[in-house]
Amino acid sequence: MNIVVCLKQVPDTETKIQLKQDGSGIVEEGIKYVVNPYDEYAVEEGIKLKEKFGGEVTIVCLGPDRATEAIRTALAMGADKAIHLNDPLFAGSDSYATAWILAKALARLSYDIILTGKQAVDWDNSQVFSYLAEFLNLPQVSVVVGLEISPDSKSANAKRETEGGEKEMIELPLPALIACQKDLNTPRFPSLPGIMKAKKKEIKNMGLADLGLSEDQVGIKGSKVKISNYTLPPERKAGKIIEGEEPQEICEKLVKLLREEAKII
Amino acid sequence: MSIWIIAEQKEKKLKKVSLELLGLGKKLKQKKGSELCAVLPGFEIEGLAAQLGHYGADKVFVLDDEILKTYSTEGYSKAIADLVKEHSPEILLGGATAQGKDLVPRVAAKLDTGLASDCVDVDLNSDGKPVCTRPMYAGKVRVQVTIPNSLPQMACLRPNVFPVSPPDESKSAEIIKVKPNVSESDIRAKIKEIVKGAGEKVDLTEAETIVSGGRAMKGPDDFKILEELAKVLGEKTAVGASRAVVDAGHAPHDMQVGQTGKVVNPNLYIACGISGAIQHLAGMITSKCIVAINKDPDAPIFQRADYGIVGDLFKVVPILTEAIKKLKAQE
Repeated sequence: MNIVVCLKQVPDTETKIQLKQDGSGIVEEGIKYVVNPYDEYAVEEGIKLKEKFGGEVTIVCLGPDRATEAIRTALAMGADKAIHLNDPLFAGSDSYATAWILAKALARLSYDIILTGKQAVDWDNSQVFSYLAEFLNLPQVSVVVGLEISPDSKSANAKRETEGGEKEMIELPLPALIACQKDLNTPRFPSLPGIMKAKKKEIKNMGLADLGLSEDQVGIKGSKVKISNYTLPPERKAGKIIEGEEPQEICEKLVKLLREEAKII
Repeated sequence: MSIWIIAEQKEKKLKKVSLELLGLGKKLKQKKGSELCAVLPGFEIEGLAAQLGHYGADKVFVLDDEILKTYSTEGYSKAIADLVKEHSPEILLGGATAQGKDLVPRVAAKLDTGLASDCVDVDLNSDGKPVCTRPMYAGKVRVQVTIPNSLPQMACLRPNVFPVSPPDESKSAEIIKVKPNVSESDIRAKIKEIVKGAGEKVDLTEAETIVSGGRAMKGPDDFKILEELAKVLGEKTAVGASRAVVDAGHAPHDMQVGQTGKVVNPNLYIACGISGAIQHLAGMITSKCIVAINKDPDAPIFQRADYGIVGDLFKVVPILTEAIKKLKAQE
């Protein structure tokens, strides 16, 4: 099976985000970057499919130089090779432009399945996979928590999480785009030999010209949405600690406050 | 020029977000003076169209066909995109529900336009174009999004944020039945079965009250006291969990609140034994009222909570449950 995993590097979820003074973006200095948590499930699922069906796992990552570290992590987990879509002109691409760039890169590959995370935890759009599926004319399943591939690797059954604990069981032909959710698997940690091997694996850099794109198709120019006015949400102030002799007294005070002050129960 | 909303129904009942969409649609319509239309996909759902009229739709396009009986990304997105192409609305709004998050981006892709995801506010700028406010980094940052150069300008609204205006039964919509041009071969990914969750739980993202358990929960059984508390708080109450508990296997992932779980927005959030890690706070900080119960007086959650109780949740929660029960019994 030819398996492609689309991956993004994002700030660690424990990061405290700070803004540039003019509100044009976040301060990147000092941020610890990691593989997007949902993309880790995609990498793991790709490696599991390779172990079962044979073939190769190719990582495709759009990002600046620093994203190489995330790509190496995926290679150390067991992916075979990578394409790093790295061009200063790509900076600022929205979901639409990102999907265009990815689609151009994927058009040069042969694939049976494309795996990615259900969203990147930085911009939280949950859009790239849908644009990408449309641009490549593929069926899609998002928020996938279970995946079975048929023995001939021509079709799949995907379990999609919806709301209130409900799941949809979806049958679809391959190739297809699958957007992964936590619970699909448990991503492995890169082993020491894995990390050593990853250093020798091929990372192919591709830029604007390599993909046959023009400047107005990528970056801010190629984007459909314009993002501005970054602000931090208002800080919540610490409220009252409810004091009292006995839990009984404290709880009754709380209930009274929730009813009479917060007017919420 | 018109404003359109994508109405969502489930089992022939309108989802609340459909009414929230109309509430916003009405507000934008007043400013722009344009028409407000709803598109309603499904099967044998024509009866819901009148209700959309009561809530403000001038026109309802009912995409009623057996092929849309069960949701499919490809079927629904094609039916909606075809209709939108024919009528060229200026603004197209959907709900950021489980279905909307799957459907609306694919509609945007088919229409070759941009989409503002998961908006918490939408207004119009001096050109009459929508300016959407949305969180990023799970709510650690807010940004404004515009779609300057393509139509329709699309936005998905976070459920439970926008108000529902009261219905006006004297108001009726023009109902237009449209046969979608969708065939079996258009739908490659097909739903074969829908497996219901245990006991039809309220989804965290739609809950009005959430009782959440953190690291102090040492197993699934520990959640029982939280469920008891949730029960006395009313039917729109859900039980959540922090990442630590989910990662330890004590709660399923669909209960997780936080940056890699669900971002929630209830009226009341009761954090039990939750320390308040940044990634958890990001997921619940917009709750209208936060109560924290924690043994550790230095837990960061107390810096964010409206009310705090320093104490062992296993002692405090059952007493709190009784206190609320007593209050409700007096009514």
